[in-house]
Amino acid sequence: MDFINAIILLLNYIFIPGLTYGSQLALGAIFVTLIYGILRFANFATGDMMSFGTMMTILFTWYFQSLGISLGVLPTALLAIPFGIFFMILYMLTIDKFVFKYYRTQKSPPVQFAMVSIGVMFVTQAVVRIIIGPGDRRFFDGEKFIIKAREFKEMTGLNEGLALKSTQVITIFVTIILVSLLFWFLNKTKTGKSMKAYSDNEDLALLSGIDPKKIVLVTWVIAGILATIGGALYGLDKSFKPFTYFNNMLPIFAAAIVGGIGNPFGAFLGGYVIAFSEILLTYAYKKFFIYVLPESMEPEGLVQLLSTDYKFAVSFSILVIVLLYRPSGIFKGKVL
Amino acid sequence: MMVLILLVGIFQSWNIALSIFNLCLISAVMTMGANIQWGYAGLINFGIMGYTALGGLAAVLISVDPVQEAWRAGGFDILMSLWLIVVMVLVIRFILKRFEKSKIRTYSIAAIIISGILLIRFSAEPGIEAIEAVDPAKTGFLGGFGLPIVFSWIVGALFAGGLAFIVGKVALGLRADYLAIATLLISEIVIAIIKHEDWLTRGVKNVIGLKRPAPYEVDLQTTDWFIKLVEKFNSGKLSVIENLADRQAALNQLVIEGSSVFVKLCYSGLFLVVVIILLILTQKALYSPWGRMMRAIRDNEEAANAMGKNVVKQHLLIFILGSAIVGIAGAMLVTQDGLFTPGSYRPMRYTFLIWVMVIVGGSGNNFGAILGGFVVWFLWIEAAPISLFLINFFTAGIPETNALKAHLIESVPYFRFLLMGLGLLFIMRYRPKGILPEKIEIK
Repeated sequence: MDFINAIILLLNYIFIPGLTYGSQLALGAIFVTLIYGILRFANFATGDMMSFGTMMTILFTWYFQSLGISLGVLPTALLAIPFGIFFMILYMLTIDKFVFKYYRTQKSPPVQFAMVSIGVMFVTQAVVRIIIGPGDRRFFDGEKFIIKAREFKEMTGLNEGLALKSTQVITIFVTIILVSLLFWFLNKTKTGKSMKAYSDNEDLALLSGIDPKKIVLVTWVIAGILATIGGALYGLDKSFKPFTYFNNMLPIFAAAIVGGIGNPFGAFLGGYVIAFSEILLTYAYKKFFIYVLPESMEPEGLVQLLSTDYKFAVSFSILVIVLLYRPSGIFKGKVL
Repeated sequence: MMVLILLVGIFQSWNIALSIFNLCLISAVMTMGANIQWGYAGLINFGIMGYTALGGLAAVLISVDPVQEAWRAGGFDILMSLWLIVVMVLVIRFILKRFEKSKIRTYSIAAIIISGILLIRFSAEPGIEAIEAVDPAKTGFLGGFGLPIVFSWIVGALFAGGLAFIVGKVALGLRADYLAIATLLISEIVIAIIKHEDWLTRGVKNVIGLKRPAPYEVDLQTTDWFIKLVEKFNSGKLSVIENLADRQAALNQLVIEGSSVFVKLCYSGLFLVVVIILLILTQKALYSPWGRMMRAIRDNEEAANAMGKNVVKQHLLIFILGSAIVGIAGAMLVTQDGLFTPGSYRPMRYTFLIWVMVIVGGSGNNFGAILGGFVVWFLWIEAAPISLFLINFFTAGIPETNALKAHLIESVPYFRFLLMGLGLLFIMRYRPKGILPEKIEIK
């Protein structure tokens, strides 16, 4: 019995939150890695682009709510996401046309692109804050829990409860669908394959008749879908605040690089690597050991490797270690 | 630029003008540090925030009086942990030197680091708790050395240089955009440590009331010579007032205003000295053989390497120098504010804004760096009033109750981001070398 309790404890506090957070990071990381692989720059505006997409989704959610449209038990935001994606893609293409295109035709070095993306970051941040303000916003509606901790306890007669939020299930579910669609697209369709070819060797791809304009367009479209859904899922699960989104850029970068930058599958796994290591290293295992160990060996302290304050620092340290020992990432991306 | 600041002085107040001027000077120092790395050597450093915070930490550690009680409570444990860290580093160095590179070596080093961290965590825990329990509302940390705060400017440079040495050893081999990400993340780690190691920095509880290199306003207001000085300056204005009591009240008001202006002027003087010294040094360096070598390395690494220049060593050197200058600026900033708030170090303000200054001012040109610091900081502060004016101007026909107008006026503070972003984008596009481009004179 104690053993089952311990498993439920880990499921509730480590596995499910880790999976959710990891999915959110993974979507962002694939976004970063696609931009890096195909457009060849580190996009510092990642977090703010995600917050722009989320903002659009929130605005449409409010609009639908004011019209009285809802999805019943599901959050209305799911209905608003496609509209958010549309505006996100529009915004990205506008920025690409007026900002990035010039440097692409000039064949500027990646550093210059990174600098330009900082300019875009400032602008996007301003736009988001001017339109929706810097405050904390919750836009979740519908049923909050699928399983409540208390109900679970009553149902199974265990000491530990298992709470399952609907946002967590939605996040994991949507991520699985989206990522499988994306990999199908990249590996099986002609456009996806030509994107890969363009990422591997630009000149060769151009010689074999691949249209760079189309590649860039498709990349931004996919990026817009990923950014909006990733941002909206994070906002549904936690809350929407422009500053948090800007900060999330850092673990997302870490996930993309840990997974091997330019490699979408690596970025997908990298998201989970970062999320689980953050949670595993900062979780206090006291209760777990109380269940597992005999009474005489019960630990006195919290049995916490690092205090939760260092949550972000964990992912950054992992990144630094990976950069030092395996600069191409765990799952072989582009060599630096 | 000076004219603009003078205009602020005349139209808003001298107090605001001087505080903008002081922060412009500090920004100029930071920009010079970043400019040395980027403009001279082409190294991208997005960790400016971390070095600034370390400089600030130096100001705290130098100027605050030591907390004897805390030292008695947990000083021994802390010193022991410090000693453990030193032993750990030495052992790792020894292993690195003695043994060939192999998997076993890598794993044993990793094992040493992990077990060392665990050991330190468990051995230092009681000491840290004891220190943080000492009067937590006021102290709860070890305190500093109780020296004049101006010394911290040098110590801040040393701290930042030390961190830059470690970071440089670790990260300088990376390609440019990876270096940017790595330094950005390392600076976040530094901030996390400063925020949460309360025994050293008081963390988010902040350290307030630091010593000052300038006199206090309250003291000035009761000093005779200062009151006479203010009286002399404003004799014209005061003589108009007939009533003696009224005149006294007006004088008191002027003295209070004058005292804060006077204190800010003292700071300006100190900061100006630093800026001028740094400007002379960096100009000398730029046109020295060393400066020429740095440019050669920046423009063609392989060629410089082939000419027998040690590229790795020079990169490390310039990384340390630039970071040290940023450290000075960090210490100056805390000196001016008189308080250390680890929570206020955010990458937007302390990393990206400084980079906007470098790019806008002109990379590789020290005067450009200073100009960039001044222009960008001025716009950063004055963006809100300017955009408020513009909004009112363009929406003059719309009634006050209009929802859009009210919303725009409410979000005036965020127009500064827009202004910065657009400024950066336009400069990058139409004047990629900055307002004052790099000028190489061959003498």
